[in-house]
Amino acid sequence: MPKTETYTLNMGPQHPSTHGVLQVVLELDGERVVKAIPQMGYLHRGIEKLAESRTYTQFIPYTDRLDYVSSMGNNLGYCQTIEKLMAISVPERAEYLRVIMTELNRIASHLIFMSSVAIDLGATTGMMFGFRDRERILDLFDMACGARLTYSYIRFGGVREDVPAEFIEATRQFLADFPAMLTEHHTLLSGNEILHHRLKGSGIISGQRAVETGLTGPTLRASGVDYDIRKIEPYGIYDRFSFCVPLGTVGDNWDRYMVRMEEMQQSADIIAQALDQLPPGPVMTKIPKVLKPLPGDVYHRIENPRGELGYYVVSDGSTKPYRIHVRRPSFINLQALNEICQGSLIADVVAILATLDPLMGEVDC
Amino acid sequence: MSKQMISSELFLRLQAQFSPGVTIIGEHFQQALLVESEELIELLTVLKTDPNYQFNLLSNLTAVDYVEYFEVVYHLYSLPLKQSATIKTRCTNDHASVPSVTAIWPSADFQEREVYDLLGIRFTGHPNLLRILMPDDFPEHPLRKAYQFTPDGEKG
Repeated sequence: MPKTETYTLNMGPQHPSTHGVLQVVLELDGERVVKAIPQMGYLHRGIEKLAESRTYTQFIPYTDRLDYVSSMGNNLGYCQTIEKLMAISVPERAEYLRVIMTELNRIASHLIFMSSVAIDLGATTGMMFGFRDRERILDLFDMACGARLTYSYIRFGGVREDVPAEFIEATRQFLADFPAMLTEHHTLLSGNEILHHRLKGSGIISGQRAVETGLTGPTLRASGVDYDIRKIEPYGIYDRFSFCVPLGTVGDNWDRYMVRMEEMQQSADIIAQALDQLPPGPVMTKIPKVLKPLPGDVYHRIENPRGELGYYVVSDGSTKPYRIHVRRPSFINLQALNEICQGSLIADVVAILATLDPLMGEVDC
Repeated sequence: MSKQMISSELFLRLQAQFSPGVTIIGEHFQQALLVESEELIELLTVLKTDPNYQFNLLSNLTAVDYVEYFEVVYHLYSLPLKQSATIKTRCTNDHASVPSVTAIWPSADFQEREVYDLLGIRFTGHPNLLRILMPDDFPEHPLRKAYQFTPDGEKG
């Protein structure tokens, strides 16, 4: 058989979170992928450099703009890092509010994931349903802090302000409605035959390879590796809640989809427990206006919707951080793209990119 | 608390094994192993493959510009043994280069490229050491302390 020459195709932007900011250069042999090289950097804002000329507190709003569909988690990761560095303790009520907020945000983020998968595979209704339900969570955040996307709600020593009474009521109402929403998504998407054909058995990565490539979060757990920081190294008060960690078996696109769908239910369970246990009291410790940590460095990580979010902070004893490095899960997870895509069809690349769930604000930082 | 105990014990054991190329720095939760860059690959290989350590996940890799020298920091995690460790190595400003760990953990690929791009540290043995975030023809390394925001030297 004559050997055909490979050719290059610039793919994208087609995934909702990569419009204009991620280009995938495909090397193709016919319709088979030989290489899939992600080209990033279009959104690079130099946030780590900016941190060096701001005070510790002034950096909080910048964390919102990294993974901008799960800003609560970014706030939490950064604030806990500085609290660890300075040994600041957090009031009980604030700890619970933090859990409620980050878990609500996890659901909102996974709804965006679900919507992206749906629209990438041509199911517009699936996307609309996802965004419609996410609105409910954004309304809750609006109630708590007056913002719908960039919250800066979690601060050093607690949270910005206590939630209004109607927030608790509205959250309970949301939790009551959530199972029906999830059933609807499962009926529309998970039960859809086209989705099965597009996702099952494609884009496989083994558990061992996933660990070696540095994958974390649902993407890693879909390959069957039980690594959830909330469980193995509980931060905040996560050791007080009972929940399970959904795991995949094959590590294909379908597993990555189903793991996130199941995680939404687990997050809802955690929120319900946190609401039941929510104690009264203050939501903020008294701390100085301008922080001056002792010289030293600290690395702290949390389980964000896209994986292990870590902050490495170096203090030189002044009011400004000497160096902040953010370990962004999307950036490191994107390394797997080339390997997973090799040998698959162009149409599979669309699905693989969707189930890897990269967020470019976080990739480029 | 128990996690840190394992780590201190582990550090002492490694220090004895690799003496004098390895020293323990920092205290409490900030404790780390500082290794000479010549012994880096050997130490990290032991940390990954030795059944006592099994650090199979390279969580994070970054570097800091301390003006007199650069410090490259590795945050490791062992999934089977559920323990973490911080390893550091240093290189001088005029010879900014350390061995690449991509052969041990493929996940170092993008992270080393990022450090190279933003801090200008070369990783010898990296299969594809190209800029990753900045344009290919950008001449500087913006995360270095000497880098100025504006040409006239005024910090933004």
